[in-house]
Amino acid sequence: MSNAMQERPGTPPSAYHIDKSRHIILAHGGGGQLTDELIAHTLLPRLGNELLGELLDSSIVPGSAGRIALTIDSYVVRPLSFPGGDIGRLAVSGTVNDLAVCGAEPMGLALSLILAEGLERKVLESFIDSVKATADEAGVKVITGDTKVVGRGQADGVYITTAGVGSVNGKTRLHPDQIRPGDVVIVSGSIADHGLAVMLAREMPEVQSVLWSDVAPLNRMIARLLEKVNGVVFMRDPTRGGLACVVADIATRTGLHVVLEESRILVRPETQHAADMLGLDPLEVANEGKVVVVTRPEAAEAAIAALKEDEHGQDARIIGHIEPERDGLCELHTVIGGRRILQKPYGEQLPRIC
Amino acid sequence: MTQRLADSHAAIGRLLEAAKALPKPVAFMEICGTHTVAAFRCGLHSLMPANVKLVSGPGCPVCVTSQGDIDMLIELAQRPGVTLCTYGDMLRVTGAKGSLEEARGGGADVRVIYCSLDAVKLAAAEPKRNVVFAAVGFETTTPATAVAVMEAERLGLTNFTALVSHKRILPAMRALLDSMQVNVDGFMCPGHVSAITGYATFATIVRRYKLPCVVAGFEDVQIASALAKLVELARDRKAALENLYPQVVSRWGNRRAQNLMRRVFRPVDARWRGLGMIPDSGLAFRSRFSRFDTQSRYKITPIDSPEPPGCRCGDVITARCTPAECKLFAVVCTPVRPIGPCMVSSEGTCQAWFKYKRLGKSIAASEDAVAKPSQEARL
Repeated sequence: MSNAMQERPGTPPSAYHIDKSRHIILAHGGGGQLTDELIAHTLLPRLGNELLGELLDSSIVPGSAGRIALTIDSYVVRPLSFPGGDIGRLAVSGTVNDLAVCGAEPMGLALSLILAEGLERKVLESFIDSVKATADEAGVKVITGDTKVVGRGQADGVYITTAGVGSVNGKTRLHPDQIRPGDVVIVSGSIADHGLAVMLAREMPEVQSVLWSDVAPLNRMIARLLEKVNGVVFMRDPTRGGLACVVADIATRTGLHVVLEESRILVRPETQHAADMLGLDPLEVANEGKVVVVTRPEAAEAAIAALKEDEHGQDARIIGHIEPERDGLCELHTVIGGRRILQKPYGEQLPRIC
Repeated sequence: MTQRLADSHAAIGRLLEAAKALPKPVAFMEICGTHTVAAFRCGLHSLMPANVKLVSGPGCPVCVTSQGDIDMLIELAQRPGVTLCTYGDMLRVTGAKGSLEEARGGGADVRVIYCSLDAVKLAAAEPKRNVVFAAVGFETTTPATAVAVMEAERLGLTNFTALVSHKRILPAMRALLDSMQVNVDGFMCPGHVSAITGYATFATIVRRYKLPCVVAGFEDVQIASALAKLVELARDRKAALENLYPQVVSRWGNRRAQNLMRRVFRPVDARWRGLGMIPDSGLAFRSRFSRFDTQSRYKITPIDSPEPPGCRCGDVITARCTPAECKLFAVVCTPVRPIGPCMVSSEGTCQAWFKYKRLGKSIAASEDAVAKPSQEARL
């Protein structure tokens, strides 16, 4: 404490030399010296850049006067670390992907941390490292942030809220109202890997699972797609509610009839087994590293090729198309040649008994 | 994938072929909620010819748990010091006074578990909590409850009890055919239950009622093959027992699991939601284990409240009506606000209909799907 008191006013907090406690305590969120210490020792060394380092109430981002995309998402995943990722990777990927699917190039992220008293500092550090690594992967910076601490039991470890701002290229307009009959539905790879990896890690930690979350920032892949291919009309990342939610939404919002071919949808065998065990439908399970793309029919092949150039798009494939019938329904042609309606799931998925 | 496709198409082909030679229209009953959902999920109904029907029986354990049992669980959960452990799909089932999910929202300690032993572990870890385990399910989950009770005994736990609502499938099938005179031409028998009981269990149905029984797995190909087999047996007027799930199901089943069940439980008459009392169709603790019986420990008895007015779940699970024929279906009874139990569970017939069939398209499309079973994608 005494060292800190001797600092000159205006010295950046990195100069404080308070002993680092091994756990987060309430005072870390008090806005005083200990908050500064947390920022100086845990956050800035990991996330620091010229904008964040200013430590102003807002960061001023240079940019053209074009269109701006703004998004925000909160991440409350349990467990905080799971095979294939953790809350830090998720908090960057989710927000970056929300920008990217709207055709926006991410300009910066705002990170709000809600920490529970008692959280181990080295656990927090690993999540911030993961934020940094994922942001680097996406080529985006965390340019502003906030940290609060709540009492033990009031929160579960760490919650992260990430806002993102991005710039939208002058000509891009990705919107459901662009979708026409004949358009093609593409997905960038296998589905349901994230949701089932997390669910198994949470509900059956004793099960040695081979599932791996697909959580990843997709902005580079999507930027390449938009750059190389004319005729992309709409995109969405199939997160909560899964593929079913996205395609049912496309059908509802366009009022058109969407047809999906089940045999073309890739579900890894291990993912399918986990889904069967828990009684869940992979079509309704969350993804964090996939994108659903709707293109004009003549652009489909080029879109697949562009997606396959990226490591996250290796299994990109056409899974369906839009039909002119105006019923606002999504229909699934099943593997055995049957047909059924695909609807939005209702809410929390409840595993079944037998 | 291509093999699966070829096998499925072969099965559907056999089904359509055999159906042509049927002397009269037939209806088969599946008595496992997982079959109900799997059949809808793979669109099997849309591929069936007009003279073959697959109807759902009382195969969803949540759906047949009596309202009195649900009310008891809710009342117990609200008592101070009680932690109620349940499988996930019981959460939303409504009794006379709401659901466990609502009780949890109101502050009751209700925890979702995946394995019966988790409830025992919880009781051991928190000796001041009185842990009540909602023991629901057919023969598939009963052995797990027996294991949990024996583990609680081994650990000398005094704060663990189970409210036993376990049901036995065979007495229910008999009751459907005897007293309820349900008219079906054969059964698609549940793969998981059969893995425990052995497929020989169903021999009595074949012998006594002269009805074909086919044990089926849960993949689309397996269900389609089982249905094709049932149609062939009906065509040949042959009441036979066939096991099409030999990877998992043997003739005599899992003896160890059967012994566990017998050691802890004895058969008793039980009330099924929508069906009423069925002799020998439930299980109760043997006297040696009675100290683990929630009802006697907490001196609580089920008060049987009437079924919700207008609800036809009882008719649905005895194939007397389809969900669409119930006036509440999709009007006031939906998965978000379920009234009857068949809408609550993800394996309930009404929820499966609501989810996969309600909008008519898949039903209307069935005729041309039958004409071209291997319908090619336009792409």
